[in-house]
Amino acid sequence: MSWFLDNIDMIRELFVRHAWISVLSTVIGFVIALPVGWYANEHPRLRGVAVAVVGILYTIPSIALFVLLPGILGTGFLSVVNVIVALSVYAAAVMVRSVADAFGSVSPAVLDAASAAGFSRPQRVFRVELPLAGPVLLAGIRVVSVSTVSMLSVATLIGVSNLGSLFTDGFRRDFQTEIVIGILAIVVLALVLDALLVLAGRLLMPWNRGQRTVAPRLRPLEDSLSRAVQGP
Amino acid sequence: MSVVSETIDWLTDSVNHSGTDGIPHRLVEHLGYTAETIAIAGVIAIPVGLWIGHTGRFRGSAVALTGALRALPTLGLLTALALFVGIGLTAPLIALVVLAVPPLLAGAYAGVESVDRQTIDAARAMGMTELQILRKVEIPLALPIIVGGIRSAVLQVVATATVAAFVGLGGLGRYLIDGQAVSDYAQMAGGSVLVIAMALVLDGVFATLQALATGRQPRKQPSPA
Repeated sequence: MSWFLDNIDMIRELFVRHAWISVLSTVIGFVIALPVGWYANEHPRLRGVAVAVVGILYTIPSIALFVLLPGILGTGFLSVVNVIVALSVYAAAVMVRSVADAFGSVSPAVLDAASAAGFSRPQRVFRVELPLAGPVLLAGIRVVSVSTVSMLSVATLIGVSNLGSLFTDGFRRDFQTEIVIGILAIVVLALVLDALLVLAGRLLMPWNRGQRTVAPRLRPLEDSLSRAVQGP
Repeated sequence: MSVVSETIDWLTDSVNHSGTDGIPHRLVEHLGYTAETIAIAGVIAIPVGLWIGHTGRFRGSAVALTGALRALPTLGLLTALALFVGIGLTAPLIALVVLAVPPLLAGAYAGVESVDRQTIDAARAMGMTELQILRKVEIPLALPIIVGGIRSAVLQVVATATVAAFVGLGGLGRYLIDGQAVSDYAQMAGGSVLVIAMALVLDGVFATLQALATGRQPRKQPSPA
């Protein structure tokens, strides 16, 4: 505890750094994934290709990508840019799929109704599809936000400092307290960002408040129940 | 000399092809850790996952556990365990097992859960015991998803075993950590290329196994709309 108080300034600095790198990478990933996922949903054939590419990207271990990017990008080895690019790639890779699912979840009848009501194509995308896809989009961002915060800590091994530096430093000095504080700080940061995302969701999608969506896993059960009730 | 040609030179240099620090030895080591970890984690997680999927009990806790472990930073777990258990193979292997459990558990319970309730009821109506239902109906039908869980666990372990070189584990991660220590970028890049190649090959192998498991299944009846 005294170590925590003595080093509060350093921990705060690492916390802020960890936060902005994670948030920036998640945002860049989302900005890339949104149009790509939307396009993939509109063109079912491309969807397969997109999912395959994304699968391959996600197979690459993060530490290997952290190491290779300076060689590919020509950036300095210790540059934070490498880490931001790598984390953005992962974030985009995961989100392309959930964005495609999000737009796929919008009922075609609603889209037809919007067209019939005189919405132009762009109007329909921004004022009907995007808001209706919102809840599923938010679920995707929340998953990515947590894993980005956790994944960033590995970047310490290639010399880019963040809260993970508490792990390497604690290990070298044989000092367990520092590692435990690092883990707690990362978990707290992940929870804070998640809470902010939920709050942003409530503010941007007030119509969704209190409405509970059925978890996808429960659907097969519900289907079979309704089939049992209604007959084949 | 460019980074790419330096890396190729490192990969093809015969100095790196033999001995304890040679590429073949490190590859086999890495595969060995992965196999060992998946075997231990599988023996723990798959039966528990099947039981959760079959009975539906503790499902909420299983979901919460897998979610919480995803937020846990791997490097934090590795360093904390290494200090707690002591330097050696035990600490990193425990950490790898802990990280392999959630995907295996999720694959097993989600797989069993995905089996149509009517099929299970039919099996029960035919007089199958619960164990027979699990063995002859649920596991065969859940197999593609169970293999999918093993696939993600393998990828997770290959990646984490690389990071575990920091706390003294062997394998391909040694090139990244040792190269970093002496600022030998070619060695680090070469090691990274090998790790990526291993991950892609293993992913391909398990994708094939998954396709085989799916192919063995009876074709699905078109579901009533």
